[in-house]
Amino acid sequence: MRIALFLTCLGDAVQPEVGRATVTLLERLGHEVVFPADQTCCGQMHVNTGYQREAVPLVRHHVETFEPYDVIVAPSGSCVGCVRHQHAMVARGAHDDRLAERADAVAARTYELSELLVDVLGVEDVGAYYPHRVTYHPTCHSLRMLRVGDKPLRLLRHVRGMTLVELPEADQCCGFGGTFALKNADTSTAMLADKMRNVLSTGAEVAAAGDASCLMHIGGGLSRLRSGTRTIHLAEILAST
Amino acid sequence: MTTFLGVPAPRGVGHLRGEHSFPDAARGALADSQLRRNLGHATHTIRGKRASVVGELDDWEQLRLAGSALKAATMARLDEHLERLEREVTARGGTVHWARDANEANAIVTRLVQETGETEVVKVKSMATQEIGLNEALETAGIEAHETDLAELIVQLGGDLPSHILVPAIHRNRAEIREIFLREMPGVDPELTAEPRRLAMAARAHLRERFLRAKVAISGANFAVADTGTLLVVESEGNGRMCLTLPETLITVMGIEKVVPTWQDLEVFLQLLPRSSTGERMNPYTSAWTGVTPGDGPQTFHLVLLDNGRTAALADELGRSALHCIKCSACLNVCPVYERTGGHAYGSVYPGPIGAVLSPQLTGVEDNASLPYASTLCGACFDACPVRIDIPSLLVKLRARHVDEQRARTVPSAEAIAMAAASWVMSSPARFAAAEKVSRAGRLLGRRTGGIAALPPPLSAWTASRDAPRPPAETFREWWARERGGAS
Repeated sequence: MRIALFLTCLGDAVQPEVGRATVTLLERLGHEVVFPADQTCCGQMHVNTGYQREAVPLVRHHVETFEPYDVIVAPSGSCVGCVRHQHAMVARGAHDDRLAERADAVAARTYELSELLVDVLGVEDVGAYYPHRVTYHPTCHSLRMLRVGDKPLRLLRHVRGMTLVELPEADQCCGFGGTFALKNADTSTAMLADKMRNVLSTGAEVAAAGDASCLMHIGGGLSRLRSGTRTIHLAEILAST
Repeated sequence: MTTFLGVPAPRGVGHLRGEHSFPDAARGALADSQLRRNLGHATHTIRGKRASVVGELDDWEQLRLAGSALKAATMARLDEHLERLEREVTARGGTVHWARDANEANAIVTRLVQETGETEVVKVKSMATQEIGLNEALETAGIEAHETDLAELIVQLGGDLPSHILVPAIHRNRAEIREIFLREMPGVDPELTAEPRRLAMAARAHLRERFLRAKVAISGANFAVADTGTLLVVESEGNGRMCLTLPETLITVMGIEKVVPTWQDLEVFLQLLPRSSTGERMNPYTSAWTGVTPGDGPQTFHLVLLDNGRTAALADELGRSALHCIKCSACLNVCPVYERTGGHAYGSVYPGPIGAVLSPQLTGVEDNASLPYASTLCGACFDACPVRIDIPSLLVKLRARHVDEQRARTVPSAEAIAMAAASWVMSSPARFAAAEKVSRAGRLLGRRTGGIAALPPPLSAWTASRDAPRPPAETFREWWARERGGAS
């Protein structure tokens, strides 16, 4: 299958290893990965901070960039959530119904990584080997916007050499929330403290998730504490052999 | 899109605005270790009870859909249902009053109490009277209001404010309640312990005296059935029923969104409400009264219908679903923000996720501009809401309304400038790639290895508690171009 990689702006600029892992994984499974080089950002930060007007050119650019592709994957639950649940809304807000229709069409072909693997490609054992003790944070938008359910866990349970430890209060938000992390930094930190306490209680050396943004937040906290536990993206575990 | 109603709808006044922005108010709450412990314990307990009783029903999702549909249909013809309610209440011996805002409602209730010649009243737990600040208004007129709901009594005796819709003293633990009783309750046993039964017995003795003395009661209402002019209060303690039956005069203050057309509608709501609020299959007391019944219960009944910003919210396509709220507080109990800050940080009597969408709509968003941002948009509230109010989407739309109102300012905020710049950069691949190259300079910040420990404002808010990632030596697009020759 020919799959277009929507890496997300954060993935490109801050965590390029997530994109490389996604490419490695999908190619190992026998698929062709293309990277539409014009891609930039889905506009989620603008929409969720209230700057919908400023998000319109980003939505239009995203739609134009990805329109030619039949299957699009992003290693991010929240960016797929934005594409699927907010792009058409932003276009309608700008009274551009044609753009809204096109956005809906692109959204219908856009999948979060675990959705692509399990639902579209029908694979749960991706042949990965990762000899570490790992706990998994399911991230809010994957859980409650996309309803990916236990798809990431089904993929992880097939990883050889890995000990998967259940994360207490896994479905609780880590406190990132985009600009919430800056606007309400104290509350965000209080939520992060509880998430880190739960992560550390598992004794895991690695905390995994399917969203670079939540990982940047949780990982930034764990690093500040010199906790000895690091974060990793789901794609990196699945790419590992 | 706002529907024009001919005359401007009144804005909500009363206890709907805080003195401080949410982030500032939250800071103090977050530092209060006793509060954090109390809230964490209480919200987790109620959350667990709710999940267990909701899990018992196979048709819970259908009930939620029904609740949502009934509310939407009722709001679409709210004017007709309210007029029907007025006719039926009047036909059965009650008197209906219309209050455009909190001040008018307070004036009406004060006058009604004064006409009885009484100088004290007993109160049933009520959000509407908390919203309008009725107790303070009555006090100004020399009338003493006694809260009779146990938690409201704790709040009142403690000179405190409610911090939760259902359990207003959630921020207090047993030891603190004992101290409040010992300090403020006249004639209390000085040997009082913090044992729940002993605390309840002390409150019972205190309240009984007031029930038997009171000639006037003031209540809110959970529902009003337009068809028959019947009012309902749903409660756990039975103290409400004492107020609703013993006094000679009953005055009910009710938000106009509480009306339902028929008794059939209650079949859905009386299943949704107790399971979502207290985590019970059914609440212990459901009291219903219709006008005045000679020789039985209060012989004078007044119903005050309160607008206080509701018509303005109703006229708004986006806003009106917030009025579907049945005040169960399930969204508070599952909210990770509320769990840590408590209710006082929201500044309004309506805290938590529903408060963050309801308060700004009752007052106008500019008066509560920080509340729509008091959420990570994690979505737990939407999943818990028994009438399926899509709170995260409402929050996002209210943020957009706030930003749009700010556009009228002559000098844009630093945030607005940054957002416009980011939009300009990110709508062009060339500009985005150039910006990535510039950000590479960040590699030189601070230590040579690991994350970045300190960034300048506004990003210092990030590095205050988290290391920032060091920009990579090579972005993905650079790696791709190198590895795959830029082909796409």
